[in-house]
Amino acid sequence: MAQSSALPAEQYNYSIVRRFTIMAMIWAVLGMSVGVYIASELAWPFLNFDIPQLTFGRLRPTHTTMVIFGFGGSALFATSYYIVQRTSQARLAFPWLAEFTFWGWTGGVALGVLTYVLGITQGREYAEFEWPLDIAITLVWVSYFVVYVETLRRRTQPHIYVANWFYLAFILAVALLHIFNNLAVPVSLTKSYSLFAGVQDAMTQWWYGHNAVGFFLTAAFLGMMYYFVPKQAGRPVYSYRLSIIHFWALIFLYMWAGGHHLHWTSLPDWVSTLAATFSVILLMPSWGGMINGIMTLSGAWDKLRSDPVMLFLITSLSFYGMSTFEGPLMSLKSVNALSHYTDWTVGHVHSGALGWVALVSFGSFYHLIPRLWDSKMYSQTLIYVHFWLATIGIVLYITSMWVAGIGQGLMLRSFDDYGNLAYTFIETVEFMHTPYVWRALGGAFFVAGVLVMVYNMAMTIARRQPAAETQLSAKPAQA
Amino acid sequence: MRHEQIETNSGLMLLLILVVISIGGLVEIVPLFYINETVEDVKGAVRPYTPLELRGRDIYIREGCYLCHSQQIRPFRDEWLRYGHYSLAAESQYDHPFQWGSKRTGPDLARVGGKYSNQWQVQHLNAPRSVVPQSIMPNYPWLLQTDLDYSDIVGRMRALRWTGVPYSVTQAEYDRNVKTFGKATADLLDINQAQDTLLKQARDREFDGNPARITEMDALVAYLQVLGTMVDFTQYDEGYFARFR
Repeated sequence: MAQSSALPAEQYNYSIVRRFTIMAMIWAVLGMSVGVYIASELAWPFLNFDIPQLTFGRLRPTHTTMVIFGFGGSALFATSYYIVQRTSQARLAFPWLAEFTFWGWTGGVALGVLTYVLGITQGREYAEFEWPLDIAITLVWVSYFVVYVETLRRRTQPHIYVANWFYLAFILAVALLHIFNNLAVPVSLTKSYSLFAGVQDAMTQWWYGHNAVGFFLTAAFLGMMYYFVPKQAGRPVYSYRLSIIHFWALIFLYMWAGGHHLHWTSLPDWVSTLAATFSVILLMPSWGGMINGIMTLSGAWDKLRSDPVMLFLITSLSFYGMSTFEGPLMSLKSVNALSHYTDWTVGHVHSGALGWVALVSFGSFYHLIPRLWDSKMYSQTLIYVHFWLATIGIVLYITSMWVAGIGQGLMLRSFDDYGNLAYTFIETVEFMHTPYVWRALGGAFFVAGVLVMVYNMAMTIARRQPAAETQLSAKPAQA
Repeated sequence: MRHEQIETNSGLMLLLILVVISIGGLVEIVPLFYINETVEDVKGAVRPYTPLELRGRDIYIREGCYLCHSQQIRPFRDEWLRYGHYSLAAESQYDHPFQWGSKRTGPDLARVGGKYSNQWQVQHLNAPRSVVPQSIMPNYPWLLQTDLDYSDIVGRMRALRWTGVPYSVTQAEYDRNVKTFGKATADLLDINQAQDTLLKQARDREFDGNPARITEMDALVAYLQVLGTMVDFTQYDEGYFARFR
């Protein structure tokens, strides 16, 4: 945090950051609302309404794509473009290319979810985009890489700040994963078959899938954390040495862990054992990051009482710590035998996605919005309201999924006194109804919090000082 | 090397990141293409899907069935009792993409073939709660109402052939298939006869109960009915497949 905050805002390209921030919130509302809807479909199947476009199977990728790539992706574009400029003390390189990343990414995600609803999909989880969109996304991603790296190269500081290491690893890894996992032979514009089959295809997909979590949803958000936590706390990062060690360990180890999604399957045992081993070791760099973040607040713990933004950031790190403990636990073959294929996995993903990814993004945005629009947040109270709605939502969500998942796992493996299966499959479906209702409610709480934030944000923008207005409109002229 | 050198040089940092993130995938994925034991030898028992089954599989993917149903039975006693023999890698060797799934909101389908009648499958897909009252599966009424589009079946099979699935175009490929799978199966896998093969299978087997019309239901049920039926496990010694694990 060497740079002084006294630098004039005009030095940086904030317009692209503002637009990605707004898009992130739009995707959050859309994607999470669809999430609540499909959660309700599982509780009350009549909600499928016999309409193909509304069925769970088509809306589920719509939900995951809008949340991961729409909301998460836009939040990462926004924060990375902000951070790389601030920490390099350089204006964003190639503004027209950055512009292209905005329209390309937003258009790509929008078109993608539209195609899912129409039944156009590769049938690969979290990589459902058909090949023309995959190519378009690759172009956007390469542009992102160019803009980001060139801005770094124009830095006026000798050091590359730690947040940028994480963003760099994220950009590179996602490119690698995206390209190899989407190798396919096209039949038409809307249909292709993956190049690999069966066990090799499965391993490639989960190498991708797990590292979509590891790099898209973890490394990059750690980059976000490494800038906004110290900024908001007004203190330097707790340990520079720890950040070096856990950075390299994290990006090395994550790439080995994908096979734990395929325990006890036709994947050879040597791969899944290796994957489980690395997953357990992964706990250490994960917690390294969490400790580094939380301990940054040491000496300023009182901020948790007075600053709701800090509350978001620190809670997100706590959820990060919790889900990166749960992950290695679930990657143990014995635990996985029970948890796999059940809602425990779904709960685990959401404790990471809602608790970590979404909360750290919201906290960062609450820090960012006043600076981007040169104004104070409209309401501090509403930030608290958002925080509690979100936290209650997450707790309802993950506890109901523990009940559903562990419950189903135990029922499916239980035998009666005669050695026969104690339950039919459909009895487990019946059992899951109640937790499914609670889960939908938890999701609704979370969305309500997001809506409060959107209102708070809209009022902040609408009520900013006229002086700020002239300053803002002056910016594009300078660009 | 001091870390200072890395964090003041973006090119060096990029290079090192690239090296570090490449290792895991190289070690864990690449050997799967070269180690022969990865896919069990089932002596040609597993064949590629017929044109009709293939179209059914496309519909299975289109509707996102894999998001609630796995196709991968694990080697546990409860799964053995519920679904049958654990899944072999050989059984999905022609699956582009694989459909093992990651979640069982509904039961596993790896060996659903032959478990229920065509009539049951049609009724269940059309209105699941009419046969399983507690089911939470969506109704799929449009499958019976939509004519199957098989106009590009040749293109689909050619694309798969390009990935290595043994569909035949040339006489040599056809002869190879006769040798591996027998003549009857080789005919089903011949791209030159694909349309006729598809129509014949749909009419002969009457999957949706109406031979006059070939619907998406015909294709999907044809696919479901072949799942997990290709390997005859009585042909193998106990422990044979364990050697590959």
